Amino acid sequence: MTKMASTENKVIISALYDDDDILLKGVKSVKAQGYHIEEVYSPFPIHGLDPAMGLKPTRMAITAFIYGVLGLATSIALSYGMMIVDWPMNIGGKPSFTWGENMPAFVPIMFELTVFFAAHLMVWTYFFRNGLFPGRSAQNPDPRTTDDKFLMEVELGRKGSKEELLSLLKDSGAIEINENSK
Amino acid sequence: MHYEAPIREPLINGEKSYHDITVDVARPVETKAPRMWWIVFSLALITFLWGVGCILYTIGVGIGTWGLNKTVGWAWDITNFVWWVGIGHAGTLISAVLLLFRQKWRMSINRSAEAMTIFSVIQAALFPGIHMGRIWLAYFVFPIPNQFGSLWVNFNSPLLWDVFAISTYFSVSVVFWYVGLIPDFAMIRDRAVRPVTQHIYKLLSFGWGGKAKHWQRFEEVSLVLAGLATPLVLSVHTIVSMDFATSVIPGWHTTIFPPYFVAGAIFSGFAMVNTLLIIVRKVFNMEDYITIGHIEMMNIIIMLTGSIVGVAYITELFIAWYSGVEYEQYAFLNRATGPYWWAYWSMMTCNVFSPQFMWFKKLRTSLIFSFIISIVVNIGMWFERFVIIVTSLHRDYLPSSWSMFSPTFVDIGIFLGTIGFFFVLFLLYARTFPVIAQAELKTILKSSGENYKKLHDKDGQH
Repeated sequence: MTKMASTENKVIISALYDDDDILLKGVKSVKAQGYHIEEVYSPFPIHGLDPAMGLKPTRMAITAFIYGVLGLATSIALSYGMMIVDWPMNIGGKPSFTWGENMPAFVPIMFELTVFFAAHLMVWTYFFRNGLFPGRSAQNPDPRTTDDKFLMEVELGRKGSKEELLSLLKDSGAIEINENSK
Repeated sequence: MHYEAPIREPLINGEKSYHDITVDVARPVETKAPRMWWIVFSLALITFLWGVGCILYTIGVGIGTWGLNKTVGWAWDITNFVWWVGIGHAGTLISAVLLLFRQKWRMSINRSAEAMTIFSVIQAALFPGIHMGRIWLAYFVFPIPNQFGSLWVNFNSPLLWDVFAISTYFSVSVVFWYVGLIPDFAMIRDRAVRPVTQHIYKLLSFGWGGKAKHWQRFEEVSLVLAGLATPLVLSVHTIVSMDFATSVIPGWHTTIFPPYFVAGAIFSGFAMVNTLLIIVRKVFNMEDYITIGHIEMMNIIIMLTGSIVGVAYITELFIAWYSGVEYEQYAFLNRATGPYWWAYWSMMTCNVFSPQFMWFKKLRTSLIFSFIISIVVNIGMWFERFVIIVTSLHRDYLPSSWSMFSPTFVDIGIFLGTIGFFFVLFLLYARTFPVIAQAELKTILKSSGENYKKLHDKDGQH
């Protein structure tokens, strides 16, 4: 394989833990030494892990809000187009000349479409951003991380020494340490 | 961080580790089905096929095969529809409302409760479909021009609101359920030995790997979906009740219907969750996860919502008297003392009287008693819908057209068929899906697991 001159092969040290609290302490100590944590694989969400790793808050909720507004706009367009513009109907003498007068009867549909759009489109976004789709091969390198093990991948930066990092990981309570390159 | 008051009962019993949870949840999927499963499954399948036969007969011949007549135009079909939708509500309530209220006991029951929601909404959706008579024109309910000409659906109609409400509810529930299932499917995939199993669960798990960023998104998506599903579940039965409440039939035309229907829905749904889980915990040896404490919590909710329903029944009677409208008064007098008095009093006994036993701790922590009450409640809630629908219709303004309703074998067959279909789906689910949300459950092991709680007590530290 040819390699561009400016990029180097990343050396990744992966450390396996068997407890979430020990992992979290490990993440903090590795981070404190200035290493970059490439990834953490865990069988369940660990509270306090994302700030410790330096992850930014997710924007999923914002997308849901935008999709919800889109759903609301769709329901207004549907009810206005069908009930007011294209084919106004006199139903039991209910006001049907302007959308505003008729609006109370449209509230249920407006609500349902807001929820429909917000929920479905947010979940599509979630799948897309996470790269999840049927048939995708497992993203976790070690199958034990969906059971009871926790895997931390640390990038050995240009200035870091390998021995130092290995002993740091060992001291933090890792039960297995492996080296691989990406 | 991992601390919960020692006075709270543990939510996970026994000496469990993370790995034990994995093994216990994966066991039903990885082992062969017991003989009892095959027996119950066959029974459910036969009932389902009988129902399919009755549905095909209805579609072929027309809804004249049902016991409907000119006066009683809605009977078992709409009763069953409302009953099944109501049962569905508990699943969303457990997974969404209890998530918002941070009720951790939801975690070992939410998966099965949501499965119940989805399977019962499927049953519910069948009834309006076949009640149309000409099911091949079912696309009329979608916002496309009828006959592809220029006439649209009527956005003023509660029946159309219902179409939107049920389809949003069903599809959002499926998505909510599936987002939670993905990490658990990944767990089964990573344990799978046989290539076929590996392949199936690889497809189902979408490649989930449990990356930190993905878990962060997972939690936020779950929270937002819960926030969306909470008003959604309340809107669904509200809109179902508007099918009745916006009409001008005495007995239907009441403003109390939306809250009363929602309380009734939660009531019957929790009863069904109890029915299913008391069996599931026994058959799959999941007593350590679905504890007596869980059953007790659900019994308390049954008691509370049953009492709300009771207050609603009495309010209805009071308002009928207080309104001074003689037709309204007659509708309620006729319910309680007319020819359908037995349905009314079955409803009262099952829904208002029987949940009051749950005030006694001894009774609400007894599995046998809880199981019996859960069945009684579901019978009662079926009668409630029957009472509302049939007794309000069978004696209308013109005494010469008063009549009674008696179901034909087709009515009964379709109803039993949906029960069969429901159990076919649930039994298949129980053997192929992780029945407990194990990833979520692992997050509370250290705060609510029995062994960890003991450890905290002994060390006296948090």
